[in-house]
Amino acid sequence: MMRVAEGSYAIADAVRCCSPDVVSVYPITPQTHIVEHLSQFVANGELDCEYINVDSEFSSLSSLIGASAAGARTYTSTTSQGLALMFEVLYNASGMRLPIVMTTVNRALSAPLSIWNDQQDSFGVRDSGWIQLYAENVQEVMDLTPQLYRISEDPEILTPSMVCMDGYILTHVYEPVEFLDPELVKEILPPFSPVNVLDPEDPKTFGAFADPSWFTEFRYLQYKAQERALDLIGKVDKQFEETFGRGYGGLIDTYRTDDAEILLVSLGSIVGTIKDAVDELRKEGIKVGLVKIRSYRPFPVETLKEALKDASVVAVIEKDVSVGYQSALLTDIKGALYNTSIRVPISGFAAGLGGRDVAMKQIRKIVENASRVKDEGLELETEFEIFDVNPECL
Amino acid sequence: MQESLFAPGHRACAGCGMPIVIKLVLDAAGPNTIVASSTGCLEVTSTPFPESSWKVPWIHSLFENPASVASGIEIAFKKFGRTDINLLVIAGDGSTFDIGIGSISGMFDRGHNITYICYDNEAYMNTGVQRSGSTPIYASTTTTPIGTQSPGNLVRKKDMPAIAVAHGASYVATASIAYPVDLRRKVKRSLEIKGPAYIQINAPCITGWSYADGDTIEQAKLVVETCICPLYEYVDGELVGVKKVRNKRPVEDYLKTQGRYKHLFRAEGGDVYIANIQAIADRNAEKFGLLD
Repeated sequence: MMRVAEGSYAIADAVRCCSPDVVSVYPITPQTHIVEHLSQFVANGELDCEYINVDSEFSSLSSLIGASAAGARTYTSTTSQGLALMFEVLYNASGMRLPIVMTTVNRALSAPLSIWNDQQDSFGVRDSGWIQLYAENVQEVMDLTPQLYRISEDPEILTPSMVCMDGYILTHVYEPVEFLDPELVKEILPPFSPVNVLDPEDPKTFGAFADPSWFTEFRYLQYKAQERALDLIGKVDKQFEETFGRGYGGLIDTYRTDDAEILLVSLGSIVGTIKDAVDELRKEGIKVGLVKIRSYRPFPVETLKEALKDASVVAVIEKDVSVGYQSALLTDIKGALYNTSIRVPISGFAAGLGGRDVAMKQIRKIVENASRVKDEGLELETEFEIFDVNPECL
Repeated sequence: MQESLFAPGHRACAGCGMPIVIKLVLDAAGPNTIVASSTGCLEVTSTPFPESSWKVPWIHSLFENPASVASGIEIAFKKFGRTDINLLVIAGDGSTFDIGIGSISGMFDRGHNITYICYDNEAYMNTGVQRSGSTPIYASTTTTPIGTQSPGNLVRKKDMPAIAVAHGASYVATASIAYPVDLRRKVKRSLEIKGPAYIQINAPCITGWSYADGDTIEQAKLVVETCICPLYEYVDGELVGVKKVRNKRPVEDYLKTQGRYKHLFRAEGGDVYIANIQAIADRNAEKFGLLD
């Protein structure tokens, strides 16, 4: 059923449709509306789960480790400082192979304090072992929610996952969305039935201490599980499409890339703006297209090679910066192409930091830069730039 | 007698008080129990993968979160309609008094039906005897060493059971491995009473306290008989019982047996420090009516 709703409400409703057993929450802007709506569902008897207000984000994820090990389907959401506070719990949850699902609302990290959107927070936990998917709009976040439970809980994967969505831009927007039908969700999401659970009838030890003769093997198995997730993400996307009529292309999506010379690569809500910019630029005869990254971890190297191989120039636009060396997605993409015969100049733009608006004219500027790179090579143009800096600061 | 639920072969030091705590606690709780532990001596010595000493389900996540982990287990089982399982946290004093206190506060505050056991060896022993919030005043540790300008730790031991009582925990007690009947009874009582419980168990550490081989239980006894460690229990905030001390001994009897206090008997002015410790013991005796 299509109706206009606030993004956070729509996401809370998608979570409700996944029937989590345990929801553990801590308020932080701009994520809070999601958990408020969930608490109202519980108060109204519309969601039968154990819902707890805990003492920190550190505790929210920690409590889900216990709940998940006890066999519960679990949910939390957070953002920014909350995600940073969870840092060691994130690694722990993935190392213990607990299929927790989280909505990560993307927000800048302090200092200076900012409550506005960028993606520094989730990029900062890139290596934590979690599956990370980025959504373009509210509908995609909703649709990814049951998909991530399906993927995370797969016995061959058993890895926690997060759907990343831009704070305010998606959490606070009101737009028409198709609400999920809980009965149809059941078709793609079977009940959670883990093999290893905390049970006095069959006592098992969770979270043992591994000396150097074992640690590498634990990491290796995690690594292989994420590799397997590369296949499953696409399969589940297709299965979702067959059931709900909405598909997203799997690991990546492409927009007007067929004959494109200039390929923009990006992720998150900015993708919508870029699509509009591509349409406008196409009208002017500029052969530009877009590659949208959906799965950032696992990173779809093979799919990306295929998508980028015919481009004359690539420009990566992302809302994070690795202070000291460029930005995460840019360096990952360069890494993915290095050991191949694909030799395409790649430039990167850290844009939209701390909520700075990225509008069509900024995309246009990036395409102009890319166009010059195409003609003249990277030496004369930008390889990496923190974009849209006030000239007074330069 | 039932088989111990904590198997031998663990890597704890010979003479460690902690495994005695674990055995007594599990003995009282029985097999229908789940345990969440913190990082620390207990975790590293009892679960070197692929071995485990635990014959009950056991989970370790991080240093500072077993109270939160246990909270999640409790509500998951509540959702599944299984409220008949004993749920314990067993963690050391570094985790309990310091780094995990936020998680513990949350666990008490939310009223989970969990018994939190702190095995209290009064310092960060797993990392090599550094001061914790539980370290008693004037004890020498590797981060409160004695020197010409320092008589060891200058801060008194944090009163963690009082913090538990202030949270409205249903049951709060202290116990000692020298009094196993009392210890087991307290664990059982905590499990019978609904709501959060906190039991702090004195656990001598032969490595950190530096006492003679074979003296572990004697240490646990002396700390009680000197009134340095009063044994008591609170139900719903009311003091309901204390372990009486028949022949109160001077604190020197306890202090002189341990390497961490030996400077008090050598350095100039050591008698003043000993007198200060005696005053703490005397206050305990008076406050809890240990001698009546």
